[in-house]
Amino acid sequence: MVAAAYSREEILRWLGQVADPEIPVLSITDLGIVRDVEIGETVTVALAPTYSGCPATEVIEHSVLEALREHGIEHAEIRRVLSPPWTTDWISEEGREKLREYGIAPPQEGAGKRALLGANLDVACPRCGATATERVSEFGSTACKAAYRCRECLEPFEYFKCI
Amino acid sequence: MNKEGALLAYVTRLGDNALVLGQRMVEQVAAYPELEEELANANFALDYIGQARMFYSYAGELEGQGRGEDDFAFLRDENEFRNLLLLEQPNGHFGEAITRLVLFELFYLAQLEALIRCSDERLAAIAARAEKEIRYHLRHNTQWLVRLGDGTDDSHRRVQASVNELWRYTGEMFEADDIDTIVEKAWGGPSLERLEERWRSDINAILINATLVRPEDGGMATGGKAGRHSEHLGYMIAEMQYLQRVHPGASW
Repeated sequence: MVAAAYSREEILRWLGQVADPEIPVLSITDLGIVRDVEIGETVTVALAPTYSGCPATEVIEHSVLEALREHGIEHAEIRRVLSPPWTTDWISEEGREKLREYGIAPPQEGAGKRALLGANLDVACPRCGATATERVSEFGSTACKAAYRCRECLEPFEYFKCI
Repeated sequence: MNKEGALLAYVTRLGDNALVLGQRMVEQVAAYPELEEELANANFALDYIGQARMFYSYAGELEGQGRGEDDFAFLRDENEFRNLLLLEQPNGHFGEAITRLVLFELFYLAQLEALIRCSDERLAAIAARAEKEIRYHLRHNTQWLVRLGDGTDDSHRRVQASVNELWRYTGEMFEADDIDTIVEKAWGGPSLERLEERWRSDINAILINATLVRPEDGGMATGGKAGRHSEHLGYMIAEMQYLQRVHPGASW
């Protein structure tokens, strides 16, 4: 076997260029779904699916293999990791900042549990920062987002649903 | 039945429940009374189809005969499906859809919570993923049941009729057969007796909140878990499987 011409860190950096198809400002590493990279006879990338029915899952897997091929890695495979399950808490600090800039209110850390228990959370408007916001719909344009409106600047915005 | 066989049957049944309910919800896509609920229904349906895929893929691996998720979904006949009768009943009005979801999801959430602690790692992992989704559904659906029950005279009357109509299908959820018993004893799965206790106290509290009357437990319709279905499942499956049956292996 030829010594690997690439390191784990390098591969992780390449994966940091793979965008989430539904929220393209986020890379899959920002999203926190890349769990591991194993280098052996083949390169195995362990990915955690976000939502069970998320149509982006297969697109992401395809993009990962594509990105590795562009860097000369022909033998690669994807391993799906279910445990521990992905939650919005896996989104990185950088990812949260990118979401805010993009106009999507990022999920609050640890909010998943509280939201599920029915607590009402203050969601800050990603445009003006006001916390006087209201939920318009628990469901949005994709499975991972809810629709909100800011009562200060009156702009509608999306909130990354906490699960 | 050995413990491996019971686990396979159990996982397949979980997949059947998720797929059949998901398909019923898919039938309603673009037919909901308002946009928010339209999105909720489509999102929830997607969760169920996604969960069915995870259960079926695992069932295919457990079986070890090269069958994949599509074979389970599209190439089995009606009597091979082992879903609960409640889930295959035809769609009614919006309140009826909400009622069915609350009745089932209260049970399903408790089942998933118990499965997270079972000794089969993969099943526990799938349950952990699905549990978060069902919890989110239930919060939404319970609020609706209360709003409709404690709403106008008309909404109250209609949703009470749905509760009365669907109640007869709730007994089946707690009817333990060999598969349930073996999965409980050999894999640390849920005790249906305990799930029933919890379900009864949860549903009682919700019905009280919704000012709805809890129906008497009369004769319960059962058989779905053993492959004996109502006449409705065949039609549903015929439509769902049509493409794969007519064009085997079609993909796009």
